[in-house]
Amino acid sequence: MTDSTPHGMHEGPAVGQDEWVARHAERRIMPSGPLGTIEDRIRRVPWWAWLILFLAAASTLPAFSSSGYVRYVAFSTVLYMLLALGLNVVVGWGGLLDLGFVAFYGIGAYAYAILDSDKFGIHLPTLVSLPLIVVVGAIVGFLLGLPSRRLTGDYLAIVTLFFLQLFQTITTNGDDAFGHNVTGGPNGILRIDPFHLGKHDLVVQHQGIFAVSYFYVALAFFAVVFVALRFVNQSRTGRAWRSQREDPLAAEAMGMPVNWLKLMSFSFGAAVAALTGTLFAAQAASVFPLTFYFVLLIIVYTMVILGGSGSQAGVVAGALIVSPLLELLRDPGKSRVIFFVGLVGGLLLMSRRSRALGMVAIATLAFGFAVHETLGAIDKSWIAGEHQGGFAGVTDHWVVAPAHLARWIAPTSYIGLIAVVLLVTLVRGRTRLVLLVPTLYLAAFVWENVMLAKPEPARYIVLGVILIALMILRPNGLLGERRVEIV
Amino acid sequence: MDTFLQLTVDALTLGSVYALIALGYTLVYGVLKLLNFAHGDVFMVGSFIGFGVLQLLGGTSKPVVPVWLLLVLMVLAAMVGCAVLGVVIERFAYRPLRDAPRIAPLISALGVSFFLANSMQLLFGATPRNYNIFDLANASLYTNGFNIGNVHVALLRIITVVSAFVLMVLLWLLVNRTRTGKAMRATSYDREAAAMMGIDIDKVIVFTFVLGSALAGAGGVLQSLRVPTTVAIGFVVGLKGFTAAVIGGIGSIPGAMAGGLILGFAESFSQGYISTKWSDLIVFSILIAFMIFRPQGLLGRADIRKV
Amino acid sequence: MSILALKGVSLSFGGLKVVDSLDLQVNEGEIVSVIGPNGAGKTTLFNLITGIYRPDEGEITLDDQSIVGLQPHVISQRGVSRTFQTLRLFLNMSVKENVMAAAYGHTRAGVFRSMLRTPGMRREEREIEQLAQERLAFFGKRLMGYRWDQPAYSLSYANRRRLEIARATATNPRILLLDEPAAGMNPSETHEITELIGELRTEGGYTILVIEHDMHVVEGISDRVVALDHGVKIAEGSFDAVATNEKVVEAYLGLQTAATK
Repeated sequence: MTDSTPHGMHEGPAVGQDEWVARHAERRIMPSGPLGTIEDRIRRVPWWAWLILFLAAASTLPAFSSSGYVRYVAFSTVLYMLLALGLNVVVGWGGLLDLGFVAFYGIGAYAYAILDSDKFGIHLPTLVSLPLIVVVGAIVGFLLGLPSRRLTGDYLAIVTLFFLQLFQTITTNGDDAFGHNVTGGPNGILRIDPFHLGKHDLVVQHQGIFAVSYFYVALAFFAVVFVALRFVNQSRTGRAWRSQREDPLAAEAMGMPVNWLKLMSFSFGAAVAALTGTLFAAQAASVFPLTFYFVLLIIVYTMVILGGSGSQAGVVAGALIVSPLLELLRDPGKSRVIFFVGLVGGLLLMSRRSRALGMVAIATLAFGFAVHETLGAIDKSWIAGEHQGGFAGVTDHWVVAPAHLARWIAPTSYIGLIAVVLLVTLVRGRTRLVLLVPTLYLAAFVWENVMLAKPEPARYIVLGVILIALMILRPNGLLGERRVEIV
Repeated sequence: MDTFLQLTVDALTLGSVYALIALGYTLVYGVLKLLNFAHGDVFMVGSFIGFGVLQLLGGTSKPVVPVWLLLVLMVLAAMVGCAVLGVVIERFAYRPLRDAPRIAPLISALGVSFFLANSMQLLFGATPRNYNIFDLANASLYTNGFNIGNVHVALLRIITVVSAFVLMVLLWLLVNRTRTGKAMRATSYDREAAAMMGIDIDKVIVFTFVLGSALAGAGGVLQSLRVPTTVAIGFVVGLKGFTAAVIGGIGSIPGAMAGGLILGFAESFSQGYISTKWSDLIVFSILIAFMIFRPQGLLGRADIRKV
Repeated sequence: MSILALKGVSLSFGGLKVVDSLDLQVNEGEIVSVIGPNGAGKTTLFNLITGIYRPDEGEITLDDQSIVGLQPHVISQRGVSRTFQTLRLFLNMSVKENVMAAAYGHTRAGVFRSMLRTPGMRREEREIEQLAQERLAFFGKRLMGYRWDQPAYSLSYANRRRLEIARATATNPRILLLDEPAAGMNPSETHEITELIGELRTEGGYTILVIEHDMHVVEGISDRVVALDHGVKIAEGSFDAVATNEKVVEAYLGLQTAATK
């Protein structure tokens, strides 16, 4: 009657109409033989084993790279993982669209900045300020959640978004709050204490290089938060969260206090964000208002949605993908590599379904060379652009990269690209395959000439596109559950 | 007294722009039950289109055509451009999600907003665009007008307020006195039933987006004639816009106008009498108060659902 | 001993009076059926009792304590449980979880104890699982075994109805409100449900208030029948008395038929 039955075999009553359906509906097509056994074994590994494995692997990272930069990116990735876990509680488990989430991150950071810096001369011991700030975060989350009692998802979104704006306003103008400089205004708060235990400071930098100890502290925080949240989710509270997400009216009728549960999820998410804020503030030793604004919100949301909201492992995976991706996209050379790897990888993945896509790849290659040579023959300066970094050879010989880009080219080609891509989604069959060839080539052109020139908006554009595509093609992300909704 | 008058004039102008944005939100929300986060960025694109037209026809300092015609062309171009943009957004980012859970198009809208703002930054850079460099400051738009006491009410402000009001009335007439409007209202009450009664839902929704986006575009131009525009204004403007829509009562056209004006007054007066810095806090408190005590806003209808 | 009592309860939506001065009482161990044509106010009655609507006038008491104005989850925790006319299961949760979730109201492990997985919390979890098992076992083999871990959306219609009843019993209610439990069922399933409701009383000891359209079911289970029309109680008594009552026939079939009876 419990889980000792081998997969694929069921006990149960005699076969009737719906029993048959029930037995077969959940069957997965499993590869047989050794691959099947491996997949089966993987499915059975308990979650904590994965967590330990992950932590162990992550801990060895500093051994692979002594670069302060790489270690710092690793640290900030862990921060993102924490934020994603927090947002997951509100959005994934509570089902609430909290668009003010990063304000709690900011509140935690600023609170630590105020309590542990030269600003007001307060230097609370870390062991005191940290729990205090977590509690403060929880309370503020609770307070913000209060209006949510009577609000549907859309209205809640506005209120929380406005809260984010409000946090921005308060921190930016907080250098003149009735004559007192509370938040340092646009210049923020500086010289924040590092974490300390008794008399020992956890130094943030060794000779200007990121101190890897903070990476380990972050991992420790991550482990604790992950486990704590998971335990809560597997308790009656977690069941109640899931129930009120499915059907709040029925949940209420079955004795679950829906409003209270929503407030709880808000609180938990805020508390996690606030904790992460302290970690950030201690390491950065300074906080500024603009860090905690709309851009960060979208980044965290993309991680959560990409990984699969509702699944802790999923949102962690989302953070693991998006954070390094954003970092890599800062550098034109690496961006180019990512583009082509992504392109080829994408085609390969999809070509499992349609052999024709392989042809498209070859055709695009040929098309590209043809265009490149033709344009080069017309005017050498059209392909004479110099580009550095990874795969630069590709651009030299395949992508058209003019030496001087006329001003009208960037907007025209960009908007043209958008238009063709949208067109591709509209047509089907052979037309689509044919159209794909110039589209891919144009994409390479735009990437090289327009987007690499300005990595900052470019990487955010990538994020925006990912978010839109996700919602349309795969809203449950990588590891999120596939949900059935009643229409 | 002068301050009061000046603030009132500011409030009316600002409020009218908010009203235009709120109208767009309210229309789309009424028909689709979707909060179009990208609306503010459509507004932003409108202001840039206006700037583009200005550049095209104004050159460096002397406009090629008379100023009034220039203005009309700017507004028209923005309206048309934004209408197209709105239709494209609806078709590709929202339509596929029409039957998905409510959270899906909301997040898609966030993605569109982010995409638009950053695309504009990619193409046109982050520097503010000031219409005034075309020497419009001395143009009749600003110098003409009338005076109440010591306060000069520029022609431009009059145009803004009047056109917002006129557009609102036209819109109201459209929605309540025409067949198309009836179709829009039917779709907003019950989409499936409307479809079954022979209404082409897709056309209605597209039309709604055309209207809403065109209004945003117009607002964008009108706003930018007074204050410089950047690629980043979409977020805050959008936020203020749907705050106005919610306060006035989402789904109600006169409500959007009322909400916009209330917001304009709240902001203008709190900036004038209290402090520029805390006007956001005051507006937020007003919003929360409405949410708690009257979530349907001033003129919206309370949602009754059968259990 | 009266478990549930309504006195003079009225409710209007705008100008429409949907429940008009209704008196109703359900005593311990009874099965009372509420019948009436569509729009008579039956589901509204349930919504009033469970706190979704608040009556404009009148008093509703559970075990002689007023429950008017209380939040629905509080009323549920006091002992009123229900099923829904349109079926409101937690579709993406498993069969087992649906029932376990309903035990929330009478369990106590808070978030902190859950985070730390104290022995008390773990014991309570085992008890909840046991409770779910017992409640589901009530329906025989239909919801047991491999069914446990299947998502609720994979169940057939009849099983979904049974699950909803099982879930409702997991709140340990004083009174169970069943809203059209036999709706959409074929004759054999209807027969099964009729027996089941009887068993809920005899073996489970539940007090039950049922809304039902199928007169076979009503006849088979009811101690008393209450007939509503346009929000007003038009008859009350045994099944035979109510079924032949002139006003009831008129409400269902029209004046002429009543005249010919």
